[in-house]
Amino acid sequence: MFIVDYLKDVYGAMKSLLIGMNRTGYYFTHHKEIITEQYPDNRDTLVMADRFRGEVVMAHDENNEHACTGCSACELACPNGTIKIINKFDISPEGKKKKAIDTFVYHLELCTMCGLCVEACPTAAINMANTFEHSVFNRGLLTKRLNKPDSKLKAGVE
Amino acid sequence: MVEEIGKTAEGDLIINVGPQHPATHGVLHLVITLNGETIKKVEPHLGYIHRSIEKMCESLTYRQFIYSTSRMDYLSAHINNHACALTVEKGLGIEIPARAQVIRVLMDELTRIASHELWWGAMAMDLGAFTPFFHAFRERESINDIMEETCGARLTMNYMVPGGVMMDLHPNFQNRVKTFLKLYKLKIHEYDELVTGNIIFQNRMKGVGYLSKEAAISYGVTGPAARGSGVSCDVRKLYPYEIYHQLQFDEILETEGDSFARYMVRLREMNESIKIIEQLIDNIPDGDFQAKTKAVLKLPKGEFYQLVETARGELGVYIVSEGGTTPYRIKFRSPGFSNLSCLDHITRGGKIGDLIASMGTLDLVIPDIDR
Repeated sequence: MFIVDYLKDVYGAMKSLLIGMNRTGYYFTHHKEIITEQYPDNRDTLVMADRFRGEVVMAHDENNEHACTGCSACELACPNGTIKIINKFDISPEGKKKKAIDTFVYHLELCTMCGLCVEACPTAAINMANTFEHSVFNRGLLTKRLNKPDSKLKAGVE
Repeated sequence: MVEEIGKTAEGDLIINVGPQHPATHGVLHLVITLNGETIKKVEPHLGYIHRSIEKMCESLTYRQFIYSTSRMDYLSAHINNHACALTVEKGLGIEIPARAQVIRVLMDELTRIASHELWWGAMAMDLGAFTPFFHAFRERESINDIMEETCGARLTMNYMVPGGVMMDLHPNFQNRVKTFLKLYKLKIHEYDELVTGNIIFQNRMKGVGYLSKEAAISYGVTGPAARGSGVSCDVRKLYPYEIYHQLQFDEILETEGDSFARYMVRLREMNESIKIIEQLIDNIPDGDFQAKTKAVLKLPKGEFYQLVETARGELGVYIVSEGGTTPYRIKFRSPGFSNLSCLDHITRGGKIGDLIASMGTLDLVIPDIDR
């Protein structure tokens, strides 16, 4: 009986190996089922999800106006100290002082893309862009100013 | 090291596996004492990826600290965040909307499948088969795409906030998940054909790395590694959280206790996760995805503990609060640390060639062990 069991084992072993080889051979002859994306050759056609958290950006409209009031909620919400807001005081025509944002400093090199700042923003001034190619040759370039020069607060945003 | 060499008998060989070794899945350093081919002792040395997440969390607020736990067990990042959010909610005593609960459970199970897929590929790669890795990543990729679309990130999701989830589901979510379920059912037989039924694989897994039920309990092993030894320890069944008590699924138990049993538990567990997703995907209730919470969260004075079942086992989050905005102390009971502790037990007396196979079935994630 020993020889029968032995032959059965050999048969089972060969069968299991052939089943596996069959699967490998299937993909060898069915190239269309291979789903590899050829990045960076497919850069032109690459579609990123709209919610993908790549970096923090501040939206400006055509009049160069943004919705950031300088309330520092994002600065407080950030766990890494990525955001630093520098405020200034504008003087309105009536002679009143009004707080406004001077510089919105964003340290991309410290950012972990957690999205807590966007969630904390009461006026939806900042959002996450879905860009992801952040490499630069100079580290200083990673510290960004998000509000454009001479931009103003949108009317009606408090 | 000098003293350890002094302890060994004459003729013993000490070799270092890692900390930079592809089979240790990270920066785990194993000091192995060998007598010929037989393992006499395996001693894990930790600390190569210690980032003191627990200490860091003490200076972060209850909203902020959740993101850092994604970096512990990065393969079930979502479930880690879930545990933290649950603990904070327990302290605050807030009710979570039904929609948020269903979304959380759906995401948890997707994460569990993705984690097991990666483990399956890495397990086969440990044994020298490279093709299964790509097969596993094909299915895992479609889960990652779902995560990217709804949560905004592929691996470190940070989708949980105290009180619910950060954003509502993406409109495509249900269709994408259904497409994934179809793909999964079409492809899952390949896993058995390529690896499970393979005679070389079976010979290397069966009877190797035996962990008895008693040893599993005494080492504190949890998750699929313990369920392979017949220990009933599924937190989703024993201490249900969220809506797990309403769901129909089985706790997978195998009694052999060897590497192959642990392997089978994980493969069968993926099917249970598929069952849970199928029950929920068409029954997502309407309503809020986030409960109303204050802008600044303050936990009352006291201690809070919550268990969840991650892909690797039981994760506990323990928060001591003094009533302020930041925790006084946070402790994570990570499954990987306890599972690693039994490595010496299951490999001692075995051959060095079986070490990697036994270690692979414990599904170790080193950042989870070191934190």
